[in-house]
Amino acid sequence: MAFVQDAPKDSFRLGMLIYDTRYRSITIQVVVLILFLLFLSWLVNNTAQNLAAKGRTFDFGFLWMRAGYDINQRLVDYTNDSTHMRAAFIGLLNTLLAAFVGCIIATILGVVIGVLRLSKNWIVSRLMTVYVEIFRNVPVLLWILLAATILSETTPQPRDFRQTPEMEQAGEEPKASMLFGIIAVTNRGTVIPEPKFCIGKPQAECDADPNEGGLGVIDLGIFKVSLNLLALLVVFGGSIFVNSRITKQANATQEATGIRPVTWWKSLAVLIIPSAILLWALGLHFVVPELKGFNFVGGISVLHSFTALTLALALYTAAFIAEIVRAGIMAISRGQSEAAAALGLRPGRTMSLVILPQALRVIIPPLISQYLNLTKNTSLAIAVSYMDLRGTLGGITLNQTGKELECMLLMMGIYLTISLIISALMNLFNRAVKLKER
Amino acid sequence: MTEFTPFVRKDMLEPRDPPGNQQGPIAWARENLFSGPMNTVLTLLGILAVGWLALHIIPWLMHSVWNANSLSECRAIIAQTWGPDATGACWAMVRERWHQYVFGFYPMDLYWRPTLAFLLMLVAIAPVLYQSLPRKMMWFTALYPFICYWLLWGGTLWAPIVVLAGFGLFALAFRFAAPKLGVPVSAGLGLLAAAVWWLFVQTPLSTALNGIIPLSIRDVDSDQFGGFLLSIVIGITAISASLPMGILLALGRKSDMLLVKSLSVMFIEFIRGVPLITLLFTASLLLQYFLPPGSNFDIILRVIILVTLFAAAYIAEVIRGGLAALPRGQYEAADALGLDYWQAQRLIIMPQALKISIPGIVSSFIGLFKDTTLVAFVGLMDPLKGITAVVRADINWKGIYWEPYIFAGTIFFLICFGMSRYSMWLERKLKTDHR
Amino acid sequence: MAEQAIDLSKMTISDEVAVQISNMNKWYGQFHVLRDVNMTVHKGERIVICGPSGSGKSTLIRCINRLEEHQSGQIVVDGTELTNDLKNIDKVRSEVGMVFQHFNLFPHLTILENCTLAPIWVRKIPKREAEETAMHFLSKVKIPDQAHKYPGQLSGGQQQRVAIARSLCMRPRIMLFDEPTSALDPEMIKEVLDTMISLAEEGMTMLCVTHEMGFAQAVANRVIFMDKGQIVEQNSPREFFNNPQSERTKLFLSQILGH
Repeated sequence: MAFVQDAPKDSFRLGMLIYDTRYRSITIQVVVLILFLLFLSWLVNNTAQNLAAKGRTFDFGFLWMRAGYDINQRLVDYTNDSTHMRAAFIGLLNTLLAAFVGCIIATILGVVIGVLRLSKNWIVSRLMTVYVEIFRNVPVLLWILLAATILSETTPQPRDFRQTPEMEQAGEEPKASMLFGIIAVTNRGTVIPEPKFCIGKPQAECDADPNEGGLGVIDLGIFKVSLNLLALLVVFGGSIFVNSRITKQANATQEATGIRPVTWWKSLAVLIIPSAILLWALGLHFVVPELKGFNFVGGISVLHSFTALTLALALYTAAFIAEIVRAGIMAISRGQSEAAAALGLRPGRTMSLVILPQALRVIIPPLISQYLNLTKNTSLAIAVSYMDLRGTLGGITLNQTGKELECMLLMMGIYLTISLIISALMNLFNRAVKLKER
Repeated sequence: MTEFTPFVRKDMLEPRDPPGNQQGPIAWARENLFSGPMNTVLTLLGILAVGWLALHIIPWLMHSVWNANSLSECRAIIAQTWGPDATGACWAMVRERWHQYVFGFYPMDLYWRPTLAFLLMLVAIAPVLYQSLPRKMMWFTALYPFICYWLLWGGTLWAPIVVLAGFGLFALAFRFAAPKLGVPVSAGLGLLAAAVWWLFVQTPLSTALNGIIPLSIRDVDSDQFGGFLLSIVIGITAISASLPMGILLALGRKSDMLLVKSLSVMFIEFIRGVPLITLLFTASLLLQYFLPPGSNFDIILRVIILVTLFAAAYIAEVIRGGLAALPRGQYEAADALGLDYWQAQRLIIMPQALKISIPGIVSSFIGLFKDTTLVAFVGLMDPLKGITAVVRADINWKGIYWEPYIFAGTIFFLICFGMSRYSMWLERKLKTDHR
Repeated sequence: MAEQAIDLSKMTISDEVAVQISNMNKWYGQFHVLRDVNMTVHKGERIVICGPSGSGKSTLIRCINRLEEHQSGQIVVDGTELTNDLKNIDKVRSEVGMVFQHFNLFPHLTILENCTLAPIWVRKIPKREAEETAMHFLSKVKIPDQAHKYPGQLSGGQQQRVAIARSLCMRPRIMLFDEPTSALDPEMIKEVLDTMISLAEEGMTMLCVTHEMGFAQAVANRVIFMDKGQIVEQNSPREFFNNPQSERTKLFLSQILGH
């Protein structure tokens, strides 16, 4: 082994820490680590000194103390005797509700607008372009404030819905009337019909009961679950399962004979009829709001703050989604639809078999990041005093307890968790649909 | 050869116009508006929508009132002129309060200072936006932040000059150390020198200099700033500071060094995972905990820092996309030419990556500028919520809402739309050398 | 080339008309792309269309399966006239196969799925049968082993051969080729041309826009030269290349062959 020599061993010199490729990156990382740790300890040290100077501690014990304030929109039980933790939970639910409803409206609007923008119809595509440019280029805060102001300043007072006997005699109509006869938009909120269930009792008796009736609810400790809703979900889930079997059957028939049986009416029947029968058996009916005295009784009152926030966020985000949808469809080259046409596929089939499966891969990742943006933007609830996570935990709780550090960190942590969950889902999706390339 | 007859054309055919029913406005309308039942329905709906909007907006705009002292006076004038049921816009509010929308509560007799700063800003930005202008103008651009600070906040001119000297110190240290010690080390050294200068020399030196040659103008407090002045100050500062920071973060995220990479990823994901409002609250509530006891600095500055960090994380992601889109060959070619890491980044990689990222960067900037309105929630007077709330709280203008929002919204629209058009123009211009 | 070396020039061409184009005109806006085109294609003909870029040759063959709409004149394909009637368009498209310059394979489907998509959804053939047909044609273009890969995993030449197989799966009577080799690297052109030649040997009616003059000489029974939206010269390949009549043809040939 005379030919093979070990590489001459350099004696270690200090300069090698910087110039030798083997050590250079380690040296830099050690320096960065030291600087980072120094910075961190500086922050922690400052914080400790500041807390001590103010005579405060760093602990989360306040979360188990009585909150003592009311929240005007509660999806689950809450009173001012509940804890701060519970208040934060209510706030989180409100944040998620606004985000969820906003995302649904924004998606529907955005897809419609994006597709219409591609339409060959000159006037429609121009109108959609104007919509997109106007909503994209103005701060979302403006849309929230404007929606809230319009809702609270242009809507009638509840008493304007009243027709006094004198007015009736004079043949006058009341100043305001309900939308479709069932929805009352007043300056205090929008009152919509409330679904109620009733089994084996006269309807009036059920209506007098503040509970929703029917099968009732079960208390899980943290929150209550409506058994009616649960039953509906189970039945509907069963319907979806049966429907998927019908589709599978249709696929099998097509594979065997080449002819796809017509199934849409079967699907429709399976999806609708069982649920409808269940709802009928549970005695579903809607309690329409009624004017009694100076306010509406019955029905569900939706806060204007919620409506304004959700609507404004949806309209704003829809403009971005429209652009994503448009870009996604345009990203599929003309050649694809030409090739499908040349093979004899009709435009509808071309869309569902060739264009959409490809466009969705392009559309869905940015779409999800728009959902993420919308969710984060619900924190603008502060502009209309909607009691979201920031309004409860980062608002009243923070002010009452003075636990600024704890409340803010907790709030950021919650938002961060939501974001990370959504982006993890997005990564999974991306990996699943990635096109195979060489 | 029975299947065809050989053929040679003797006279070429001249182009003809399409048949009469296929040109002119009628053909255009049939093609674009009424090509099928679905299309016709859409057209009718579109016309209906436009008509409905026009019917509501045009009379309202036609009945504008520019001279009045209160909303009720406005309404009285409208009722008197156009009948009791007429609706009209009351732009008199804008006429009376426009200065608050523009300057906030900045002292009236000093309006020339922000105005001058704004005009100088246009001069400073011009060479950045248009490559055809002389490169020497960049020197003014570099000096502009100091001039702007002095004009807006006032005080002694020596303060910005001494700060500038700190940057000079940094540049000097960097220049002499870089060839020997490499970019990161010498940058650190320069930063250290500058930090020492700003922390220990800054205040005594500028006070002393001001004592010798007093060059002071009146101080203006941060809480007097407001309106679009505030939006533009925060927006422009954060935009110009977030780009270099975003580049560094993007490079950090692409780095081979695990520690640098994970720190960058953590920072970016944290910032992108929380709403901007929580960061602004951090600026107003938490920064006092994190800084040494007794230190208290300007709220606008605190907000600018947080907004910059916020924007930098988004820009880093955009640039990372641009870096990923570069072909590997570019990196290899740079290595093969013997360029070191920073040279390769500066001369080869970044110019291309930035070019690819222009649309994304500009839309981040637009987002950032729109987000400057959120400073209203930490008590600053942004044009949308802050100033409008002040106007609407005035007994004279109580109940007015369309006009202030339309006014502020239009200005935002013009600026943001302008930015997006500029980016499209730039993209087209730079496309020449890409296929 | 195939081993059995069929002499293409001796192949019979029937009297039956496959495509009849009479006095056809087309405009893009104000631009007159196709001017009074008249052309009759018989079953079994192999026609090469050439001409400078922008001469309307691609537009012409795209009109034949109505990827482009003509504005005046008549196009009759296999006895069916192309009008706005969707039924007629469907009928023509299922009988006319087309191969594109940029392949236009569906990247989200496997090679096999690319080939069975139209037979299943348009011809309503059972899946098994469609897959058997697809495998038959894939072996014909010599890539049966790639059936379960995705288009992105294949070379350009392989992709174009798949595109040909995909068209053949619809069992078309006429094949249109729109510059099938222009987007390919030189070493891949031959494999595609070989596939086209074996198709010609089976008696397929082919209209081919191409600049491969070797292919024209070996396979075509006539060559059509187009310029400025009109047919300038048509002749047998021998006459066309050895004895061009029109000045424009001579100029074009000198540019393309001369170097």
